[in-house]
Amino acid sequence: MTAVGVVGVLVQVVVVVGGAPLLVGLMRQVRAVLEGRAGAGIGQPWRDLRKLLKKEAVRPEGTSWIYTSGPLVVFASTLVIAAVAPFVSTASPLDGVADLFAVVSLLLLGTVALTLAGLDTGTAFGGMGASREVTIAALAEPTILLAGFALSARVGSSNLADIVAGTLAAPAQVLSPATLLAAVAFAVVVIAEAGRLPVDNPATHLELTMIHEAMILEYAGRDLAVVELASAMRLTVLLGLSVNLFVPWGVATSSAPLALLGATAVFALKVGVLGAVLATFEVFIAKWRLFRVPELLAGSFLFGLLAVSASFFLA
Amino acid sequence: MSDVMFVQILDLVCGGLLLSGVLMLWRRELAAIVRLLVVQGVLLAALAVLLGVREHSVELYLVAVGVLVLKAVVLPGVLHRVLRDSGDVREAEPLVNVTSSLLAAALLTLVAYAVSRPLVALAPSATTRALPVGLAVVFLGFFVLVTRRHALSQVVGFLLLDNGIAATAFLATSGVPLVVELGGSLDLLLLVLVLQVLAARMRLTFGRTDMDELSELRD
Repeated sequence: MTAVGVVGVLVQVVVVVGGAPLLVGLMRQVRAVLEGRAGAGIGQPWRDLRKLLKKEAVRPEGTSWIYTSGPLVVFASTLVIAAVAPFVSTASPLDGVADLFAVVSLLLLGTVALTLAGLDTGTAFGGMGASREVTIAALAEPTILLAGFALSARVGSSNLADIVAGTLAAPAQVLSPATLLAAVAFAVVVIAEAGRLPVDNPATHLELTMIHEAMILEYAGRDLAVVELASAMRLTVLLGLSVNLFVPWGVATSSAPLALLGATAVFALKVGVLGAVLATFEVFIAKWRLFRVPELLAGSFLFGLLAVSASFFLA
Repeated sequence: MSDVMFVQILDLVCGGLLLSGVLMLWRRELAAIVRLLVVQGVLLAALAVLLGVREHSVELYLVAVGVLVLKAVVLPGVLHRVLRDSGDVREAEPLVNVTSSLLAAALLTLVAYAVSRPLVALAPSATTRALPVGLAVVFLGFFVLVTRRHALSQVVGFLLLDNGIAATAFLATSGVPLVVELGGSLDLLLLVLVLQVLAARMRLTFGRTDMDELSELRD
């Protein structure tokens, strides 16, 4: 644990926590402009959070500590990913935790905590949202692992920092079929896990279509603020992971202050561009029926599998 | 062209061939499937050109031009005309639903890798290592052929099968002799034209091009 390494981790945490609501605001703004609306501005999610934090957290009668701890577990697990993943620098002192499997498990831990909290309220919506969320998570999980396998087979390690450093060392590998297939598989999983169109629409509260929103209907005030911040951070972390695993240029391999500064700027730019592209893409598509989601995830599972086999057979 | 460059471009082209085959299973709109067929034809021609550069053979360039004209222009054009006349927009109801077909495609790909291992072991090189891709496309073509109902989808399956055979031939032996290639291509063209006429007749008789209509006798 060197002091410089700790600074790197702190920078990552600050960037993810501070930037996540801005990213959500940016995506909403892009959508608004493309749909011909004025939009609320990029800072709106932060203003919403400030408002919610001032309010009292009303909790439904009959809920237990599971309901209370749900948001905190999601927030904490995402925070750990933000600290260890190679977003800004690969020279993190918490390198041992930055394993692909550990990160996927941490993501799943947050999902499970929220689904349990949704069940804990005892309302119909909470249970429905929880069941759908678990269905999608169960379908998405193998894909994310397969896509990661394809990337780690190249480097010979499932450590995220090693994968990023390996790609930095041999940039030509980005254009290999294995990487491209893995990128497609990963993109589908990110869309499904982050609850974006065409899997889930984050902007509606319509009974038939809610997945993520249905689980957090009962939350209010401070609790809701934590949940909102955590889901924005999850989106940021997923986008950051996908952008850094496939386009790692600009990640600092040392902990020099200048390198960290440059890497932070590049990371913010990359994730912002990816978020804007995703938002643009969302303007043109509608949400799919829930029963078509397995088809989408089966497709991405197939891409993941092809990526793994291609990484072994096509050199 | 350096060796590393060659292997990379070869891998990319082969990945593209496999990807376009898989996407044909995924998409339901027939127009999109025909577009994917064009992409696959172009990739196949690119594969021939790549091997031609490698072997310094003019014959392979000629084969590449032939493949490009036939598989990326003529055959998709014919299919496009059939599509326009028939007015069928999408595959109605495949015998196997899309999710299962995608999982089946995964299995077929693995089978292709498994059965081609002794072939690759005969002469390991960059081109033969990519041989499983050609076989996988053959299997995918067979799969489309047996699980789709539309006459047009079945033709697509057949063309996918032929693309797979051509890719396998290119990868295994750096291309077949020009005469053989020409013969095979002519057969293919005749078959597609015959199927075009058949589809038109079916449409006149039944109003649809569902092959299941042909399974029972009528006056």
